[in-house]
Amino acid sequence: MPLTEQDIALLKEKAWLARRNTIQTLMWAGGGHAGGALSQIDILVALYYHYLKIDPKNPKWEDRDRVVLSKGHGGIGYAPILADVGYFDKELLKEFNHTGSPFGMHLDMLKVPGVDASTGSLGHGLSIAAGMALGARLKKKTWRVYCILGDGECHEGAVWEAAMSAAHYKLDNLTAFVDRNKHCIDGPTETVMALEPLKDKWISFGWHALVIDGHDFAQIGSAIDEALETKGRPTVIIAQTIKGKGVDFMEDDPAWHYGGIDSDKMELALKSIDRMYGKA
Amino acid sequence: MSTGLTYHTYDTDHMTPAEIYGHVLAELAEERKEIVGLTADLAKSTKIGKFGSKFPHRFFNVGIAEQNLFGMAAGLALAGFIPFVSTFAVFASLRAGEQVRTDICYMNLNCKIIATHSGISFGQAGSTHHCTEDLAVMRSFPNMTVIAPADGYETANAVIACVDHPGPVYIRIGRGFEQTVYTGPDYGFQIGKAVTMHEGSDITVMAIGPCVLHAVEAAKRLKEQGISVRVLNMHTIKPIDKEAVLAAVNDTRRIITVEPHNIYGGLGSAVAETIVEAGKACRLKRLGLQDEFAIVGYTDDLYSYYKLDDNGIMEAVAEMLEVEVEEDEDWEDEI
Repeated sequence: MPLTEQDIALLKEKAWLARRNTIQTLMWAGGGHAGGALSQIDILVALYYHYLKIDPKNPKWEDRDRVVLSKGHGGIGYAPILADVGYFDKELLKEFNHTGSPFGMHLDMLKVPGVDASTGSLGHGLSIAAGMALGARLKKKTWRVYCILGDGECHEGAVWEAAMSAAHYKLDNLTAFVDRNKHCIDGPTETVMALEPLKDKWISFGWHALVIDGHDFAQIGSAIDEALETKGRPTVIIAQTIKGKGVDFMEDDPAWHYGGIDSDKMELALKSIDRMYGKA
Repeated sequence: MSTGLTYHTYDTDHMTPAEIYGHVLAELAEERKEIVGLTADLAKSTKIGKFGSKFPHRFFNVGIAEQNLFGMAAGLALAGFIPFVSTFAVFASLRAGEQVRTDICYMNLNCKIIATHSGISFGQAGSTHHCTEDLAVMRSFPNMTVIAPADGYETANAVIACVDHPGPVYIRIGRGFEQTVYTGPDYGFQIGKAVTMHEGSDITVMAIGPCVLHAVEAAKRLKEQGISVRVLNMHTIKPIDKEAVLAAVNDTRRIITVEPHNIYGGLGSAVAETIVEAGKACRLKRLGLQDEFAIVGYTDDLYSYYKLDDNGIMEAVAEMLEVEVEEDEDWEDEI
């Protein structure tokens, strides 16, 4: 069912909050993958505040939907959402990256409630997600698995091993997103190692593939709806995004792949986010 | 057995350890519905195909893609299954080493890796298919239990025991054709507990895999010469049986380790670490690949060439008995 105007208004509000919390966590953490954390946020917001069947009071509920953040470096933008939906106290985010904290830049499923798989090394998550989806089918369960890949991550050969197998096993309970923010660490993906035609690659691997604006909730929503309806093959949603989305001095600037901010910079970043959402 | 499961005693004269593994797994899976099997185009070679043909809907052959193999196994473990994953040792430990470490050991998943063609058991295939590094690699992964069974019976025992042994387990077996050292499965196999194969007081030989049989044969021949050799089957490399190692130091003061593996990182290293950390002096010789890639050849020839067979072990024993060792009266007090 398409998202209503009310749904979209709520998601926008939550995205505003998630971006603000990410920036705040970035300051507490002393640094992090700001660019990729902000580009992925609308995908995670749509999942966590509308689509996922989860029970944050019972993180290991067997019938829950699963999320594998294969681009594990996005953890700093993921943890604030997990806190806000109720997996743990938001205050804990103040310890992010601190010595002995449960929260490091790549989230650990054994330490952070709500995290379904420990990720961080690129190219691992889609295989794990495919295994979970296969497990759901074996158990005759209806839970679904969502996997969020980075676009640079798609350089990894293991992603394509997993893509091949997910199509082979006709895992229509698996939906992958590619956060197509067009940059890896050393520069634009198309300069470092070209990914395009990316959609064609996924189609040729047997997937149902869509390309959307990854910051437009109506498009994210209808793409997820289409994935839910698609039978006999997994769906990949290539979400065209902007690295650092929402913070004007970070947007599309590869220098903000990873970085730290002080309280002055944080204020500037929060103001930029507020302006984007008409809150300033 | 500790699991309460029963299985047939297989004809070990005609079945390789890998074949026994395949059959035992297929039997275990009858009762244990949470067992699933995965391989990467080596269903026939690793014999996990025996499970696969009995339970086709619980068996996944992911093609020649080992990274995905272990990643998918991790996903299935996270979904509540006990995946048994089989491929050659070299691919499990090296090609997919990071997936085993990060996807399985880091998340401490209940995943069992039964790797075949380990050591120099695929002698003629050359070093691309030998694996004399897996024990070093797997032993360095936290949460991982590492087992190298001596023969088919022990393979059966280890496979059965690992089902209810929490967390990841790596079991390395050979390509096949190994002779048996045990006459049946009932000798009290326990993960982490060495088995005394031959009593002796002059020297201890600690061995794994097919080297256990060679050590026993060597001990029998040496006994005729009046040399008393203790032989320990150190089937579990991690956690190592410290008690058995230190008892050997105390009782015999001379230890030889024998393994179809590089002398770095495997059984010999585990034993050396145990001895040194206990603060005890002891003569130690590590037989294995002396930090080199093995030559190509028939497996039996390679065991002989690298002095891992009866003759090689006898030679090493004779050399070590030439060396004086200091007596230590205060042993019991200090330990």
